[in-house]
Amino acid sequence: MEMSGPKNEAHAEVAHIGKSVVVRGELSGSEDLFLDGEVEGSIELHDHHLTIGPHGRVRASVNAREVVVHGELNGNVRGAERVELKKSATLTGDIITQRVVIEDGAFFKGSIDTQRQAATAEPKRETVEAIAAGAFGSQPSGSSAPEPTLVEQKK
Amino acid sequence: MFRKFRGNTEAVTALPANEPVERLRRRSSGLAEFNHAIEGEDTLRILDLGPTSPTNIAYLTGLGHKVYNEDVLKESEDASLMVTAEDGRPTRDADRFLAENLVYSHSTTFDAILCWDTPDYLHEALVKPMINRIHRLLRPKGILLAFFHTRDAGPDAPYYRYHIAGEDALELQSGPHYRLQRVFNNRHIENLFRDFSSIKFFLARDNVREVLVVR
Repeated sequence: MEMSGPKNEAHAEVAHIGKSVVVRGELSGSEDLFLDGEVEGSIELHDHHLTIGPHGRVRASVNAREVVVHGELNGNVRGAERVELKKSATLTGDIITQRVVIEDGAFFKGSIDTQRQAATAEPKRETVEAIAAGAFGSQPSGSSAPEPTLVEQKK
Repeated sequence: MFRKFRGNTEAVTALPANEPVERLRRRSSGLAEFNHAIEGEDTLRILDLGPTSPTNIAYLTGLGHKVYNEDVLKESEDASLMVTAEDGRPTRDADRFLAENLVYSHSTTFDAILCWDTPDYLHEALVKPMINRIHRLLRPKGILLAFFHTRDAGPDAPYYRYHIAGEDALELQSGPHYRLQRVFNNRHIENLFRDFSSIKFFLARDNVREVLVVR
């Protein structure tokens, strides 16, 4: 792992994982991370930013304040504030965040759940919600529809 | 160039500005009906089967819904699905396709599905299996919006990505390249969705029929 120079005043330090680095297991930290290598497992940055570079290949669940993807990410993502998919990004997994930005050209397979409040808890499936009766017809009162969850993700 | 969608069309410039992409604007009665059905509903689960559209995701999440996206046409072109039929013709492995796509832990759970014109471009071997899977994934009274070309379209009808531009407006963006596989007539369409409770056709002035199907 190598450290890059200051990125800006707000984020003075950004850890840098180069494209030849392979990490298997849990990756956690308390600084921003630029990841251009390969990670398999989980990434926990909580209050910090994660950028997956154009060479980055990640098969992991991700939890960070802000996640920007240029490369390939296979796993569920929680971005407490924001998730951004650049046009070169490939993301297969479920996104939970307050705000999502997707550039035209990005490939996305999964679900997007935008939440207004930043959540600090571990990523978890959305709680089941009852569907109100109306144009869609009625559901039994108090019943809840099961949450569709992508079971198998290709490649 | 866009004779297929002649009528209520106008060229617009899409962002990002450094990569201008021509989009055509088109009115859609089917989309209007689709939007009418989902308006006022909170946190619906909506599946978009087209290529990833930031516009659609922004529109639907802006309404408070949870959006799912699976580009089934792109996935159907995966080389691993290509097999040879008994008669020697190339075909697709439908079982493998369904093992890798449209796989969710619970059935009958989506409230609405945007199918666009996927069936027209999907390989024959995958069309009926995909519709059967959709039937399982869509909850009773859930709705599906699909488009079908008329016979006037011709085999070289270009493939468009559909972006929701308003309550009854779509923007059409050309590409990626897929070849129109067939043209369904009304009877074919009714047969394709025979397990659903109702089908409503919207005849457009261009070479596309819009269909709103209720599970």
